[in-house]
Amino acid sequence: MLANFVVPDLYPAAPELFLALMICVILLVDLFLGQAQRWITALLTVTTLLGCAAITYNTMDGQSVLTFSDMFIDDLLADFLKLMLYVSVIAVLVYSRDYLKARGLDRGEYYVLLLCATLGMMVMISAAHLLSVYIGLELLSLSLYALVAIDRDSPRATEAAMKYFVLGALASGLLLYGMSMIYGATATLQIGGIAQAIVAGSANKTVLVFGLVFLVSGIAFKLGAVPFHMWIPDVYHGAPTAITLFIGSAPKIAAFAMALRLLVYGLFPLAHHWQVMLMIMAVLSIGLGNLAAIAQTNIKRMLAYSAISHMGFMLLALMSGIVGGDPSYMIPAYSAAMYYVVAYVLMSLGSFGMVLLLSRAGYEAENLEDFKGLNRRSPWFAAVMMVLMFSMAGIPFFIGFFAKFSVLLMAVNAGYIVVAVIAVMFSLVGAFYYLRVVKLMYFDAPTDAAPIVAPLDMRVLLSANGIAVALFGIFPQAIMSLCAYALVRSM
Amino acid sequence: MLSLSHYLILGAILFAIGIVGVFLNRKNLIVLLMAIELILLAVNMNFVAFSYYLNDPAGQIFVFFILTVAAAESAIGLAILVVLFRNLSTIHVDDLDSLKG
Repeated sequence: MLANFVVPDLYPAAPELFLALMICVILLVDLFLGQAQRWITALLTVTTLLGCAAITYNTMDGQSVLTFSDMFIDDLLADFLKLMLYVSVIAVLVYSRDYLKARGLDRGEYYVLLLCATLGMMVMISAAHLLSVYIGLELLSLSLYALVAIDRDSPRATEAAMKYFVLGALASGLLLYGMSMIYGATATLQIGGIAQAIVAGSANKTVLVFGLVFLVSGIAFKLGAVPFHMWIPDVYHGAPTAITLFIGSAPKIAAFAMALRLLVYGLFPLAHHWQVMLMIMAVLSIGLGNLAAIAQTNIKRMLAYSAISHMGFMLLALMSGIVGGDPSYMIPAYSAAMYYVVAYVLMSLGSFGMVLLLSRAGYEAENLEDFKGLNRRSPWFAAVMMVLMFSMAGIPFFIGFFAKFSVLLMAVNAGYIVVAVIAVMFSLVGAFYYLRVVKLMYFDAPTDAAPIVAPLDMRVLLSANGIAVALFGIFPQAIMSLCAYALVRSM
Repeated sequence: MLSLSHYLILGAILFAIGIVGVFLNRKNLIVLLMAIELILLAVNMNFVAFSYYLNDPAGQIFVFFILTVAAAESAIGLAILVVLFRNLSTIHVDDLDSLKG
């Protein structure tokens, strides 16, 4: 038996292996460091992510390679998404450092859990087998549950962690139940094999569609689309802002990759079934997200509802790829979805980064009032926040506008004109609460006169983040063509 | 003789009990953790039944992974429960209501 064992090709999984090794190293090194030397752990973590980026970039050859008995795929899409992932995790680390230090949360666990979650996301992005999807997802989710509860003495954070844990475990259960049905119908767990079995017609249609419903619910839970969105506002609100920043950014990339791998790579022959489900969820998410956000006074909660509506927009593009069995719109539609996710992650990082910037020891700037008169306290960061809010609202010419525009274009292309009109109406409603933040910053008197202090690296990166949101809005083709190219080479 | 559909129906019943347990339970968080465990066991039942029926060992290997991850999941769930009890001195589901809006 052992004689048949062949060592798998490890080269395509080099970034994951390097990260796994470094997690062990950081875990050990941190044991010997005191609170005063914690910067070494932080530096090691950032270096590790830069190392992963270097490995991913240098092993990027545009080929789709399967390894580990066809469980792991390394293609251009995976490389591109992973590079985005490293950028967002590094930004999370830089933005969070001061906040965590001021609250005594700057411990070794934080860095190790963050890297474990990143490893889980990388596995999800490169998954070519239902087992690797599941393992990656659980590695991400378990790390996130622990991160939300990292502030052990906060009743709000532990309550959020408990809610997140229960609903997240339920979502995994739904996803697994769906996977078991699809396994039963197609007799394979390999994502490519599932598609082949369905095309060949050997699969039982009833069992397959039954499994699909559960699978889509599980994906919707992780994306946070209505009606599986209940955890998003509570977790965003209850978790320490630095953790909210993480949950609200990088995992969206992984959830998008999971949706693409499972639904498009694995179940594209059933597109007419899942596209209808995605359409219903997209309309409900855009509607409920934008309406509920208006009523919020807490900016973290407001951004949580805005995340729900943004994920609705992303689903709008995912459902427009295959029109009546014709796959010719797949590339533009899925690259629009990918562009939307990239744009949203940039905007989300920036907005939660602003909340972190205004917070200081013993003070959480999490209410809308805390943004009052920001222009008088710091004109530059008020401008950055204004750019971010305009971009989230979809005002031209910021990155969010082109993301919304390309998604709507794809929806109209696929014949979903009514859905596109509803989406535009609700994003007009949504513009109200984004612009309210701008109004508070520029036309109200400040309630808090404390000077804004932040380390230089955070100020530089946050400014760069704001500039990127504005600049990629003027040159949207830069990212858009990269997304399309990565998808063309990976489909 | 038991057929595949018997096992699938058993799996579906266990799964339904688990889901109902999560949503109807208003009293105790530990019961909630048990309901989640039941959902995962229902999935395992499905995988093993399909695996035997299809004569393909991959499904049974998947079950090993689910069992392991479920153990890790319970560990984290119970850890959060302990922290929660320290902060709130209660594990009643109805008392988890400070986050609203």
